[in-house]
Amino acid sequence: MKISKDEVKYVAGLARISFDEDEIDKLQSELSAVLEYADALNKVDTEGVAPTEHILPIKNVFRKDEAKESLPLEEVFKNAPDTEAGGFKVPKVIE
Amino acid sequence: MDYDIVIGMEIHAELATKSKIFCSCSTEFGAEENTHACPVCLGLPGVLPVINEKVVEYAARAGLALNCEIANFSKMDRKNYFYPDLPKAYQTSQFDLPICTGGTVEIDVDGETKPIGITRIHIEEDAGKLLHESADGTLVDTNRCGVPLIEIVTEPDITSAEEAKIFAEKIRNTLEYTGVSDCKMEEGSIRFDVNLSVKPKGSDTLGTRTEMKNLNSFRALERAIQYEARRQITELKKGHPIIQETRKWDDTKGVSSSLRSKEEAHDYRYFPEPDLVPIVLTDEQIQKFRDELPELPEQKRARYIKEYNLPEYDAGVLTSSKDTARFFEETVALIDKPKAVSNWLMVEIPPHLKEAEITINELPFEPKDLAELIAMIEDGTISGKIAKKVLTEMFKGEKAPKAIVEEKGWAQMSDASELEGIIEKIVEENPKSVADIASGNEKAYGFLTGQVMKATKGQANPKLANEIIRKKVKEKIG
Repeated sequence: MKISKDEVKYVAGLARISFDEDEIDKLQSELSAVLEYADALNKVDTEGVAPTEHILPIKNVFRKDEAKESLPLEEVFKNAPDTEAGGFKVPKVIE
Repeated sequence: MDYDIVIGMEIHAELATKSKIFCSCSTEFGAEENTHACPVCLGLPGVLPVINEKVVEYAARAGLALNCEIANFSKMDRKNYFYPDLPKAYQTSQFDLPICTGGTVEIDVDGETKPIGITRIHIEEDAGKLLHESADGTLVDTNRCGVPLIEIVTEPDITSAEEAKIFAEKIRNTLEYTGVSDCKMEEGSIRFDVNLSVKPKGSDTLGTRTEMKNLNSFRALERAIQYEARRQITELKKGHPIIQETRKWDDTKGVSSSLRSKEEAHDYRYFPEPDLVPIVLTDEQIQKFRDELPELPEQKRARYIKEYNLPEYDAGVLTSSKDTARFFEETVALIDKPKAVSNWLMVEIPPHLKEAEITINELPFEPKDLAELIAMIEDGTISGKIAKKVLTEMFKGEKAPKAIVEEKGWAQMSDASELEGIIEKIVEENPKSVADIASGNEKAYGFLTGQVMKATKGQANPKLANEIIRKKVKEKIG
């Protein structure tokens, strides 16, 4: 296996997703398969090949610095589960 | 045992653009909550961010002003973490290919020049603001989400609170001069993070560091560093280890406290931002930005010393703010008395600004009015003392100094015959002073001059008054 159970749990934790043990077993083999597949790239001779910094062969797409209208407040809050006093309301955050 | 303090800083500065970094929402400060928001900065699915060209230009200009290398190729990355002030759950930033690297800033500490290394400057977006005013939750204001920032990262070259403050002021000035940021401390448009550790004097091994984030004034920066260095040294002397952690500075109480342990290191899983394409700057473009850089504070300071013959101190004070320097130059262009203009700007005007709680940009008068005031002192129309009263009037309203002097009847008494009468009377009334002078006590002249000034409400031309006093006393002594 390319990835340990603990690593699966760690990655799941970073993504704030919880899994039971069966799911973790399944994910371990699936993620390992993905990583093994990607390993094929290591077999390619990349001597003298520039690293791919970005997947698209495009550069310098810019916007002019112009301020335009923003969304009306009711649109902004359309998907918000809760709001109060003009703010998105979330569970209490303790600094 | 003595300890060395080792400090590295991260400075976040808001760029002076009109619109946000990846969308057209306004960056204006102080709007109603969530009124500067759109699908892009709210992080809604399916949107396509496009970078603001001014952000790239400003970041490159800041880098050039801080003597950095500007990258021909740089790109944006996603820094992943969950926090309610970040709707996308990642901050768009730059990871391995920042726009600027390897700069230096020279600071003056106790008359010595010290270089502070700049590791890198990268472009990133600001997060939103959390408001803790709800009883049973936290409120999120997304107006600041996507406001463009540069983050300036230094080498651990700073060794005291004083150096950190001087360095931070220099960065603020430079960014203000180059016009890339308005650096309004009170609006949080420039914030300082401090990484600090201590080590036995002369040791090569760095100690464990702590981090303090978002210090938003020079005073807070200085005090937080003093406190933290003292705290770490005290802990070490007691034999306690320093815990690597983020600490929160409480500026009101003057203490810092542990915020969260850094032992569980953040794992940001940076990866290239697929929605934003690389930024490629040619050598010609970089050269053009370099050519367009305005005169920077230290260049201006050197010029003031050379061109205006000003003392180094004056030149330093006048160039410490772009606006003061502008006012000075515009005034000197009208009246060729640099030292006098400098004195008014350094000594007389600041207390009025402080009292009225305004900046030099909000002065109720213009350089031509200050020039007119100084011209009146030069030609003897008013004394320096009266000029200060005129300045107070100038702060009250829109009248020009000449009009104020006329209206108040403050012009100096330069009519010799009128003064002679007054002085003759004073000399008559003060035989003791005359006797003192006769016995060689020249100081008594000072007393007589004072009496003349009192009698004329300070309006006697001092030079003329002095001449007449001496003449009258001599006549008396015979």
